[in-house]
Amino acid sequence: MSTIENQTPETGTARVKRGMAEQLKGGVIMDVVTPEQAKIAEDAGAVAVMALERVPADIRKDGGVARMSDPDMIEGIIEAVSIPVMAKSRIGHFVEAQVLQSLGVDYIDESEVLTPADEVNHSDKWAFTTPFVCGATNLGEALRRIAEGAAMIRSKGEAGTGNVVEAVRHLRQIKAEIAKLRGCDNNELYAAAKELRAPYELVREVAELGKLPVVLFSAGGVATPADAALMRQLGAEGVFVGSGIFKSGDPAKRAAAIVKATTFYDDPKIIADASRNLGEAMVGINCDTLPEAERYANRGW
Amino acid sequence: MTDAPVIGVLALQGDVREHLIALAAADAVARPVRRPEELAEVDGLVIPGGESTTISKLAVLFGVMEPLRARVHAGMPVYGTCAGMIMLADKILDPRSGQETVGGIDMIVRRNAFGRQNESFEAAVDVRGIDGDPVEGVFIRAPWVESVGAGAEVLAEHDGHIVAVRQGNALATSFHPELTGDHRVHSLFVDMVHAKRATES
Repeated sequence: MSTIENQTPETGTARVKRGMAEQLKGGVIMDVVTPEQAKIAEDAGAVAVMALERVPADIRKDGGVARMSDPDMIEGIIEAVSIPVMAKSRIGHFVEAQVLQSLGVDYIDESEVLTPADEVNHSDKWAFTTPFVCGATNLGEALRRIAEGAAMIRSKGEAGTGNVVEAVRHLRQIKAEIAKLRGCDNNELYAAAKELRAPYELVREVAELGKLPVVLFSAGGVATPADAALMRQLGAEGVFVGSGIFKSGDPAKRAAAIVKATTFYDDPKIIADASRNLGEAMVGINCDTLPEAERYANRGW
Repeated sequence: MTDAPVIGVLALQGDVREHLIALAAADAVARPVRRPEELAEVDGLVIPGGESTTISKLAVLFGVMEPLRARVHAGMPVYGTCAGMIMLADKILDPRSGQETVGGIDMIVRRNAFGRQNESFEAAVDVRGIDGDPVEGVFIRAPWVESVGAGAEVLAEHDGHIVAVRQGNALATSFHPELTGDHRVHSLFVDMVHAKRATES
């Protein structure tokens, strides 16, 4: 038909990076530490798994420096499942990110759950073919990450606590700030950008769209089907579940139940059915007793 | 349009919102479908991109798989992108254990055939039946079609692999027109729904 031009396929574009996250919407992304757990997650209906050495609850318990996982372990998980595999790099540790890209992971989480490698700079995520997801506690933080190239945002919550209160706080904060931008006229957007410490162009885009220009998930503290549905009703397009599944009494059952409740987040009968007889939930931590230094959400800027 | 067809988007998981927007732009009344009773009310259905294993599991779990098969078998127009293409294949080359499809197109698909996310790409694609410039093909961990049966028509290829197929009222693409803002493929599908309705009235 037309002349054949531009036939060289282009990889790593913003559209394929952000588009990848669009395909995960409505789904649950589960932390796994072994290929066996990855299979349980896939069988339960997870849309992706996060491969890591220790779930956040254990990172809290063990203390010390938390780093990128062993490549063998990540590759074992990539081999075990056909759904996308994500893995975490430390904030600002772009060499860990380079390693993860070379292993062929589908998404890199530049994560506050690991010990930050740089207290000023996050990684330049535009430099990668592999897309990045980053955490945020408010809109300004989300937009700074997007400016650095993040193709997906998750509200941070407080990982490894089994307590949804911080996830709710951060998601509400982001949604409220977006709603506020919607009400701004053009004159006000410049000052809003300054206040948010975010690029004006992104602030304007959010004001026009009424949403982030990338997919927004929720993370950090989801432990039950009702928690997952709560985050969806509050506006999250999907959820990350970390310690909540494999630190519970019956991971396979709980994983499947959280998937169901995430899809039918607005149907209390289905959430009720999904919540029956799940066995022990993970033991939670009350966030107001958590020392400042142990709050992961404060990492990243 | 007073007589706009009602087209559902299977909303178990995936990029549902983008399809709803594209269908509305192509002058259809678009609505999400999660339950059998919602499926019964639509003139046509889009199965979106997402994770095919997840969508398949949820469809079985919530009782939409069987009604969906029955309606596709009875000729309801249906369009699948990426994971949706996998759902419309009569056969998957490398299914996960227990992964079921709706079927409807006599083809064998290979999941994630173009590779993992690092190999995801954009390329111009000439699609038979779409006039004008090539379609911007956004391929994300995309499947391709290994082979088609006699009843299925190949609409597009990329790099020697089949990436768009039509059989009767069923349409499937490996790529994601819903992510591009170009609604011509959705318009083609809306025309298929109109044509189907015309034969029934």
